Formats: sequence, structure tokens, C-alpha cells
Amino acid sequence: MKQDTDMNRRRFLGQAAAAAGLAVAPGVMLYEVQARPAGEAATSKQRWGMLIDTTKCEVGCNDCVTACKTENGWGASETKSSTEQQAQWIRKVKLTDKQTGHVQSLPLMCQHCETPPCVDVCPTGASMKRADGIVLVDKHICIGCRYCMMACPYKARSFIHESLSGQKAHAPRGLGTVESCTLCVHRVDKDGTPACVESCNAKGHKAMYFGDLNDPNSEISKRLKEFGGQQIRADLGLNTGVRYQGL
Amino acid sequence: MKAIRYREIDGNSLGYFALVGILGLIVAAGGLAALYMEHNGHWVTGMTNQVVWGMPHVFAVFLIVAASGALNVASISSVFNKKAYKPLAPLSAILAVCLLLGGLTVLVLDLGQPDRLVVAMTKYNFKSIFAWNMILYNGFIAIVAVYIWLMMERKMNVYSKYAGFAAFFWRLILTTGTGSIFGFIVARQAYDAAIMAPMFVIMSFAYGLAVFMLVMMASYKWSGRELGEGTIQRMKSLLGVFIGAVLYFLLAYHLTNLYGTENHGVEAFLLVDGGIYTKLFWYGTILIGCLAPLFLIFCRFTKNSNTAIVIACILVILGGLSQMYVIIIGGQAYPMEMFPGKIVESGFFDGGVKSYTPTLAETLLGLGGFALALIMVSLAVKVLRCLPVSMADKDVDPHYKAEAK
Repeated sequence: MKQDTDMNRRRFLGQAAAAAGLAVAPGVMLYEVQARPAGEAATSKQRWGMLIDTTKCEVGCNDCVTACKTENGWGASETKSSTEQQAQWIRKVKLTDKQTGHVQSLPLMCQHCETPPCVDVCPTGASMKRADGIVLVDKHICIGCRYCMMACPYKARSFIHESLSGQKAHAPRGLGTVESCTLCVHRVDKDGTPACVESCNAKGHKAMYFGDLNDPNSEISKRLKEFGGQQIRADLGLNTGVRYQGL
Repeated sequence: MKAIRYREIDGNSLGYFALVGILGLIVAAGGLAALYMEHNGHWVTGMTNQVVWGMPHVFAVFLIVAASGALNVASISSVFNKKAYKPLAPLSAILAVCLLLGGLTVLVLDLGQPDRLVVAMTKYNFKSIFAWNMILYNGFIAIVAVYIWLMMERKMNVYSKYAGFAAFFWRLILTTGTGSIFGFIVARQAYDAAIMAPMFVIMSFAYGLAVFMLVMMASYKWSGRELGEGTIQRMKSLLGVFIGAVLYFLLAYHLTNLYGTENHGVEAFLLVDGGIYTKLFWYGTILIGCLAPLFLIFCRFTKNSNTAIVIACILVILGGLSQMYVIIIGGQAYPMEMFPGKIVESGFFDGGVKSYTPTLAETLLGLGGFALALIMVSLAVKVLRCLPVSMADKDVDPHYKAEAK
């Protein structure tokens, strides 16, 4: 009888533990992998952005550009296009003050505006902004009119002038369509960091920060709150997702 | 005014076949050029990621702007009830549609993905002026087609006035839309100006009328029909007024820019040291496109000469193409002002003036669009009864008195 009771109690405890485990498991899983499941839409809870500290960005260092090329497969694939025709998702810009001669260096790419002119002017809606602030081109409905390139104040977009092969699965690129920095959306959706930021950190420069501008506790938000940040062509009121310090 | 008799041109002469043949060859060359560019990709053109719109756009925008202006004669007859313009209204409307089709063909064939035209026709972003323009262009063709039918179908003539009104307002909106393609671009110094829209409307008046006058004079001369001096003189004076208005708008645009220090750079580029763009502006637009035609139109030694008027019309067209080049290519060649007060250098051609050299293929595509418009008109006057048998002054304007020469 006592044995029966013990067995019942064990079984009960075992079942209770299993039930508790089942109930807690999804929470644990969510905690461990924060990425959105495939098929679930991005939401405006996040606004992904980038902060670039120009005082830490080294003149002559090109690591962020190289990392972007490697990650997204541009840079070497266009063999027929002239240098002025080749795509450039991110570039290093050197600024010299005309008055003082002060030199600065910074990476320039799609600024992921809150109200992007490229999205406004696109006739088909191929140029679009995700709810989380990432500006992208839908290659399926881009007709290659290049109006977005005319409208972008940052010259951040490139048109593909020749047939390409061997593209990366996560970075579709094709003849006759327009492309630009995707903020490494394929990495961000898996809770990762854009390749340029990663390479800058790896080099030890730590000039680039990536994060959620809507989260007051993210490092990028804290830094922006403490040190401020400028937008390039702030006069246009585009509320860019990419901010600069020390400009 | 006597009842106007319309008849197709015979179109059996060697001259007619030669004209259609030559235009056909240019259209074919343009078609082959488009095929070549689409097959290879845009790397075979002079267009780059720095200067993204090139020679095809110069021709396409010119043709689209001229299309709206070619409707002048029809509008003046229907909307402003000027009887002297009425006989030529059908030709004016037909030319308008043909020019628009020519321009749109060039624009579409230059797309990176021209096969996706159906996407452009089915997916609309209504904040885009480009999307609006697709509706405006298609609407223009539809409205003017109805207008042409109402004018040519005698029983329906009474209604043509209403279609004429609709077409008149539609064309104003259409050219406003075309000018706004540039006017709405906040990123570039040379654009981002509300004056772009009315300036394009005024340019359309001048360019379209110049093309119309050439087509009209050629049609009458080559078909052996009579074209009265009254008609030519009236139109050339109107052309003179339009050219003056173009000059006024250019003046207002540049003066306004020159007042603000932030625009001194781009103005210096366009007006003083911009190389080809400065030359095209002063010699092409101002001298060849405006001052020379004004002289030919109003100088007492030339104003009664049909040859001088033909030359004036050709010069207005050349000046118009030149101005389109300055606006479209020059506006892109000037670097974007992202970092005021800084010297900007990068591996992506930031900071410097962008270079652009059009290739033969691009130019042929543009010329092909022009030829396509003209070949359609040539065929239209052969198959449609759109050209009055006589435009002699005694038939259309008996009260016209030639000025003393």
C-alpha cells in the first residue's frame, strides 16, 4: 500500500515536472533565441540603427567596406562595368575642413531614413521600408528606373549594369535592378550584427555601434543620449537611422 | 470661313516613301540600340552610378514635354475658340499622341527591366510622381484619342469642345507632373524647386509648337497643298511669345538660386565653369534656342521668310534638347552637398564633378524615339482625314492681311 502511494506520488511529481517543463520550455527557448521566427513580420517595436564615432574611425582603414563586400558578395562580381558603374554598398569618405584643414573619416552607406526619399519616389513600391526601419529594395518588382538613385541624398544606391552570377542566397542581386546596404538584414533577423560593425569591432576601433534606437537601454540609445549624434543632411528632416558623432 | 474639307494625303510619291524609309531606318537603328543595351546591360552605355539618367532621358523628357505642347493648336481652337486654329486641331492632337508615344518608348526601353512594364502598370505607389505620371501619360493618350475621334466624326463635332477642355487641363497637369520629377528631388542642388513644374509647362508650349509648325509646314509643302501666310505668321508670333516666356522662367530660376549663398556653387557650375553644361546653356539654350529664333521671328528682314521660320523652329528644338541635357545631366554631374564646408574624397567619386559621355547606342535610342513619333504622324496623315485640303488664307482666314514687306 505504502509502495503504491509512493509510486503514485512519484508519478504525480514526474507528471507535474513534465508539465512544468513543457510550460516553461517555450519561455526558455524564447530567452535563448530572440530572433523572430521565419514568416513573422518585423514590427515597429524596434528601430534598428547605427551610430558611427568619427573620432575613432581611422583614415585609410577600409575594413568595414571589405567586410560588407565579403558578406554580401559585391565588389568583385562586376567585371565589365567601369569603376563608376560598379556597385558600392558602403564607402569610406575622407573629409577635410576647407577652413581649418581638420581631417575626418567615416563610412557612408544607406542611412535608413524614417521617411526615405527613395521610398517616396519609387513608382512600384519596390523601394520600401520595413516596420523596424530597415530600407530595402524588393528585387522582384524593381523595374530599374533609377528614380530612387536620383532622389537619395546620400548617393547610397547602385544600379547593376551587367549580368551577375554566384550571388549569395541572402543578398539577391541582379542585372537592371537597384540595390544598397541592407543593414545586413539577414543577420539582424537572426539577432546578429551587421558585418561592417563586426569588422570594426574586430579591428579594435569600435567606431560603429548597432542596435535598437527604440530601446532606451540599448548601448546605441545610451550613447546617443549621453553624447548626442548628428545626421548627415539633417536639414532634410529625414530622421536617419544612421547617426554620427564628431562630425 | 468656308467649310473645311479634310482629306488624306496621297502618299504615293517617291518623296513620301523616302521620308518613311529614312524614318524607318532610324527607328530600326533605335530598336537595335535598345536591344543591344538590354542584352548586355547598361555597362555598354555612358550611364553610371554617378550619372544615372543619360541621353535616352534627354530625348524622352523632351518628347514628352513637346507632346503636351503639340496640343497647343487644338487647345487654342477648342478652349479659346480661335477659329483660325480649328482646321489644324486634329493634326495637333495626333502629333501630341505620337510624340508622347515616342518619348514613352524611349523611357521604357531604357529601364533596367523593361519586361516588367506590366509591374509598373499594376503596382502603384501613389506618393511617387513617377506613378502618377504613368496614369497621366496613359490618361492623356486616352483623352486625346477620344478628342481626335470627336473632331473627326462630323456628327460628334459638337462634343469635341468638351474633350478639348479635358485634354487642355490634363496636359497642364501632365507637364506639371513631368517638371515635378525634378522639382520634387530634394537631394540635388539643381532640382528641388517649385518653378520646375511651370517652367516645364512653358517649355512644352515652345518646343511643342516648334515641332508642330515643322510638321505642318512639311506636310503642306510636300503634299503640294496650300498653306496660307496668315497661319504661319500667327503661329510664329505665338512661338516668339513662348520663347520669351521660357527665357523669363530661366531667368527667375537662376536669379532665385543666385540669391541664396548655398546655391552659388551649383550656379557657378551651370553658368560659369561647368564645361560642357555651361557651353550648352549659353550657346545651346540661350543663343541657339532662344535669342536666334527670336531674332528670326521678329526681325523685319527675316520674319516673312518661311525658310527663316523653319530654321527658327529647328533652333528652338535644338535649344530644347540642349536645355534638357543641362537640367538632366548637368543636375546630376554637380556633386551632392552632403558636407558643406568640407573637401570630400572617397572611393565612390564623392565630392568631384561626375563625368558622362553618351554612347552611340543611347543617342540612337533617343533619335529612334523621335523618328518613331514622326513616322506615326507620317502614316496618320496618309490614313486619316486629319489634314485640311487647303489652308490658304482665302479659305481659312479671309480677313488676314499680309504686313507690308
